[in-house]
Amino acid sequence: MNNTGLFGIFIAALLINNILLIRFIALCSFFGVSSSMESSVGMSMAVIFVMTISSAVTWVLYNFILLPLHLEFLRIASFILVIASLVQLEELFMKKNLPELYRALGIYLPLITTNCAILAVAFLNVDYKYSFIQAIVYSLGVSCGYTLAIILFSGIRENLETAPVPDVLRGYPIAFFTAALMSLAFLGFKGLFGL
Amino acid sequence: MNNRLKVLTNGLIKENPVLVLMIGLCPLLAVSSSAINALGMGIAASFVLVGSNIVVSAIRRIVPDQIRIPIFIIVISTFTTIIDLTMAAYFPALYGALGVFVPLIVVNCIILGRAEAFAYRNGVLDSLLDGLGMGLGFTLVITLIGGIREVIGNGTIFGSRSFISEPALIMILPPGAFITIGMLMALMKWAEAKGGRR
Repeated sequence: MNNTGLFGIFIAALLINNILLIRFIALCSFFGVSSSMESSVGMSMAVIFVMTISSAVTWVLYNFILLPLHLEFLRIASFILVIASLVQLEELFMKKNLPELYRALGIYLPLITTNCAILAVAFLNVDYKYSFIQAIVYSLGVSCGYTLAIILFSGIRENLETAPVPDVLRGYPIAFFTAALMSLAFLGFKGLFGL
Repeated sequence: MNNRLKVLTNGLIKENPVLVLMIGLCPLLAVSSSAINALGMGIAASFVLVGSNIVVSAIRRIVPDQIRIPIFIIVISTFTTIIDLTMAAYFPALYGALGVFVPLIVVNCIILGRAEAFAYRNGVLDSLLDGLGMGLGFTLVITLIGGIREVIGNGTIFGSRSFISEPALIMILPPGAFITIGMLMALMKWAEAKGGRR
């Protein structure tokens, strides 16, 4: 895993191991916000923003503080606290200095804390033993993959609203079948560029 | 006593965390490719759920209201660390199969949800029973899904051969998880509609 190039890491995270459709992380938000296109765009922008920053911070925390002090067993508790407070900090900073961006992401930022994708990427960076640059590229790939999947899915779901669906399948069941077909399509990327 | 029993069975059927409340989906779909993995995940999550419910309800009188959520998270991540290290030491094969989903128990909405909605307002014994009931409900559904996927996708159940000679591989691949839970939900909706008409 460690000797693939940066482009390989990006594509693998974006398509082959798509975080929503293949790895099944952050599904609560996948089904929660995808009922309208607007909210899925807002959520995915917030994910790209927060995930990149938080994986940089947790990488530094793990490699420069936890590893030298042999405190690896604290990673679960420390990562989640750092991410939760980081989100608060980013919210305050944006409110003060980037009011336009804050208005656009507004309500999606606090929701991010419970989005398991952020925490998962922090753990995966540790598991794969990525270098700093690799970790950043990986988290960019994952969050772009999240964006791609959730925007495609919400487009389909908006059309499903008016489609003639059998009564028992209305709502969540048909959404799950749609996700199954999308996941099948993403499986087709396996083996792309020999990854 | 009757009341206590109700607390325990609540999580099993009426308020089943997965099928009725629609929370805790990520581990449900991700690790249910075989019955044994699903059972392991269910037990791990139940352990954390029971432990955090007991501790949260024991300390509920001394926790200030404003900072209760961070405190809950610390309690939950303590129990998650315990189960993470225990599984890595004693069940390395299972730990490898579950991967990142063991530490991710900490953000499982079921656990924080129960701490906030039940354990923070009720006594220790009731919270213990509630944690057990919810944990059992979760374990039951995840093992059921794992079992269905393993039988159809691999032709085995808990590793031993079953009667299906040509398994449909798609069921143990990621799409199979979505199909199985979609089917289960449609089935529940159908049963509900049928019961309502009667």
